[in-house]
Amino acid sequence: MNEYTYPILFGVVIGTIARLVMLRTDYRQYPTYLHGKVIHISLGFIAASLGTVAVPAIMEKEFTAVTFLTIAASQFREVRNMERNTLTELDAYELVPRGNTYIEGIAVAFEGRNYLVIFTSFIATLTYLVWNIWFAIIASLVCYLIIRKFMSGATLKELVDIAHHELHFEGAGLYVDNIYIMNIGLPKRQEEIMKYGMGFILTPKNFNVRSTIANLGQRQAILHDASVSLGVFRDSGTPALVPLIKRDLDDGRIGVFILPQDKDIDKAKRIIGAVPVLENAIRMPSESKANKKGEDKG
Amino acid sequence: MKMEKAILAVITLNKEKIDGGAPIFLCDTQEEMEKVAANLEAILDGISHALSDQLYIIVKH
Repeated sequence: MNEYTYPILFGVVIGTIARLVMLRTDYRQYPTYLHGKVIHISLGFIAASLGTVAVPAIMEKEFTAVTFLTIAASQFREVRNMERNTLTELDAYELVPRGNTYIEGIAVAFEGRNYLVIFTSFIATLTYLVWNIWFAIIASLVCYLIIRKFMSGATLKELVDIAHHELHFEGAGLYVDNIYIMNIGLPKRQEEIMKYGMGFILTPKNFNVRSTIANLGQRQAILHDASVSLGVFRDSGTPALVPLIKRDLDDGRIGVFILPQDKDIDKAKRIIGAVPVLENAIRMPSESKANKKGEDKG
Repeated sequence: MKMEKAILAVITLNKEKIDGGAPIFLCDTQEEMEKVAANLEAILDGISHALSDQLYIIVKH
């Protein structure tokens, strides 16, 4: 026991709790129960230890100890690779795949959360050593609030208006409103699609959103989430029954065609609205300098 | 080059209108054509698309 024992213990515990708080298994069922969780809690514990130990090291004027953090960085990059590889492998066996953009988003989140743990532990131990445990607890709570804010990204309902539209066929062409989805030849398939299919139109609320929802990865994420939450009328060997999203080139609206097993319109709207906006799909054309200059002159 | 899409089979009532590489299935009636197309769709894991009332193709996507 020495003067650093309690601060280190405190920092490690706070960091591990922070990782636990960020590790929610929800409708995505990822990470899976127990085994997947154990991996991430262990890594969170390692991250917490690294963040904590950095503080006493600096106080003892062992500045080279900070190089440990670079090892941590490469370690957590490895976590990102691991998540990406696992999810990509599994994606081939999904009836409606997640898509690479969604997977990359999840992998980045896993890496990022470990850094948040390091940061939290660092702050917790630092405040404990500089002031006392009460300050440390307050600082940890502030960190917790910041983490919560980092964690929750935007959802689709903030970007688009969602409206239900009946599907219809013009000849063999399947349409949602005026957006062409696909050509279905067999009358029997057409009947199935009319019976089980649902159509939605997502209208972008502003110009930036247009390119975001046009992103193929974002569209696949919508289909995946809708299929997970509502079920999907599909099997291997029935490629005609595939949920699809197509875009109206004139105004950037997208037509969502899904084949849910639960045909509840309000529920479907809520689920589409709750789809996360993928970080990698976000575009901000309005932030471009060229755009702004045009405005000044005009 | 990786082929993204390919026509796996052509099912038709009207032989004069088609010629070429993909296997062609000639049918006598609309019902027969739909039946053949449905079977081929399941067997080949492709989607049957209607180009006209007399002409279906099975496409691998």
